[in-house]
Amino acid sequence: MVTDRPDRPMAIEVDGLVKDYGGFRAVHDVSFSVAAGEFFGILGPNGAGKTTTLEIVEGIREPDEGAVRLLGEPVWPRNPRLLSRIGVQLQASAFFERLTCREQLQTFGGLYGVDQRRADDMLELVGLTEKADVREDQLSGGQRQRLSIACALVHDPEVVFLDEPTAALDPQARRNLWDLLRRIQEGGTTVVYTTHYMDEAEILCDRVAIMDAGRILSLDTPAALIRGLSAATRVALPREVLDTGAAHRLPGVETVVDTDGDVVLSTREPARLVAALAERNALDGVSVRTATLEDVFLTLTGREYRA
Amino acid sequence: MSATDVTTRSTPGTRPAGPRPSTSGQLRSLSRAMLRSFFRDRTSLLFAFLFPLMFLVVFGLVFRGDGAGTTPLAVVGEGPVVTALPDDVVESVAFEDAQEAVAAVEAGDVAGAVIEQGGEVTLYFAASDQVQAGTVQQVVSSVINEANLAATGQPPAITLTTQQVESERFGPIQFLAPGILSWGVATSAAFGAALTLVAWRNRQVLRRLRLSPAPAWTIVAARVGVSLLVALLQAVVFIAVAMLPVFGLELAGQWWLALPILLCGTCSFLGVGLLVGAIAKTEEAASALANFIVLPMAFLSGVFFDLSAAPSWMQSVSRVLPLGWMNDGITDVLVRGEGVAAVWLPCLVLLAFALVVGAAATRLFRWES
Repeated sequence: MVTDRPDRPMAIEVDGLVKDYGGFRAVHDVSFSVAAGEFFGILGPNGAGKTTTLEIVEGIREPDEGAVRLLGEPVWPRNPRLLSRIGVQLQASAFFERLTCREQLQTFGGLYGVDQRRADDMLELVGLTEKADVREDQLSGGQRQRLSIACALVHDPEVVFLDEPTAALDPQARRNLWDLLRRIQEGGTTVVYTTHYMDEAEILCDRVAIMDAGRILSLDTPAALIRGLSAATRVALPREVLDTGAAHRLPGVETVVDTDGDVVLSTREPARLVAALAERNALDGVSVRTATLEDVFLTLTGREYRA
Repeated sequence: MSATDVTTRSTPGTRPAGPRPSTSGQLRSLSRAMLRSFFRDRTSLLFAFLFPLMFLVVFGLVFRGDGAGTTPLAVVGEGPVVTALPDDVVESVAFEDAQEAVAAVEAGDVAGAVIEQGGEVTLYFAASDQVQAGTVQQVVSSVINEANLAATGQPPAITLTTQQVESERFGPIQFLAPGILSWGVATSAAFGAALTLVAWRNRQVLRRLRLSPAPAWTIVAARVGVSLLVALLQAVVFIAVAMLPVFGLELAGQWWLALPILLCGTCSFLGVGLLVGAIAKTEEAASALANFIVLPMAFLSGVFFDLSAAPSWMQSVSRVLPLGWMNDGITDVLVRGEGVAAVWLPCLVLLAFALVVGAAATRLFRWES
């Protein structure tokens, strides 16, 4: 299941984690490893066990079974030397009350022995320079998340854990955050993050573990996961361009569905079908939709993905 | 390190060893965060600095009447008795007519009326205020006795001189100030520790700190340092104001012996605060619980009034409460002028109490809600 890359050292090795909460099995035999420098996503609906898994990997929660090696060292019991090499952003952003953005960063920096001037560099990195002297409770949701990420990065950690950094953000703020997350990875930091946004995981992650009900259902690159589905591509055409009878006769068409206004064809040979449509000069208003991670989730669990 | 370093560095897994965190740096960092959030919280500042001063004003006014004021007395006529009335005890109000003077007594404007006509003195008094009635009768009769004695031309056989044993001007402020100061410092220490703990737990700061290299004890140590500093500031502000002529607090020679007791007391109530913070789930619950412990303790410990007139069970209770030890200890050295011998026992008791509640708090402590 894990695609090891022998050219890169492993930043995280997780083996057979189990965690029960009073009869409820929150994490069920979870194993994976993350290479140094990788952008690794744990994807799943709420209650899938993402946060518990992350907390065990960070070393704040003890697993009932299984073990975690982080940067080559065991994470449990609490290992302060290891903790100064990792950065953590919790799901609810943890800030000191009544402190400004700069002071939050200075305080966290002080815990790691980081120079106080580093706070301003971090503010610049996350685009909050002009908010340096503003108190944390006056920030917008996206700004708070960026500050929270800056606090996780203030000591230049080798691995950073981000728990749903883009949850509850508007689309613009989410996209701003994607840029930041990419830049962090480009800086050489291993990023492990949880999300319930399929589209986002597809765009950001080198590899994705899809979790549901405490188990990892599948783990691979987003492209490989989608390819593995061999799911049909859907081609939608306006009804004026093509009627359903003609659609059935096109090469490679498997099913034809007449929705309101559109005729939707599904095919496993999209190139042949689109070429045939082009010959008929019927490409006006055509939309082609390939499978996404949502289709992967649907295939794996047999139900629609609800974030 | 600059922002561009973060984006250009590209050799994963081969990172140079970063700066090593020092516990002194961690302590400094946490203390600074606590101090900043304390000095930016108006409610905390109000409780720590303004509230004790308000109590000083209110209780100072309440107890001012005790023997210090003068009793108003109507006088009619001239003579040796009327002129000899001591003006530090009674305030003479001259009336033309005896009837008017009596009417003033009946109306309660004056405590009594002295009418002197030739060798005859008549005293009218209102029995509705027994203390004032007694004062007036004693003062007038002693003045008449002295006048009679003087008339015989004999020297007095026995003379009486009265003198207060404590300080020359031992007003009620001398007892009030140490009590209110103890209460103010205790409240502030308990609230500060409880609210930090609950707020940090609920805001996930505690979990975040647990995921940093800072050891757990640095959080408590930073809180102890901050509470001691706040207690010292409170004491300086409060005593400075209490020493203003309006209040007139006078410190004994070895007033600084009160400092160890003040700091040990702060530790006691910081322990109470940590215990409250370990139990309470919300900040509101923490405030209520801290008040529920400290406020009754203040009354039972004789912080706001002298317990010598209180029932003996209350006096016994005050001997086991930390606020009672703090208050008595500080009173002894701050105003009664006692020496080092009076310091060590209260300090020991207060530190022992701090250890007991601190241990209980440690057992009940939770990192997350």
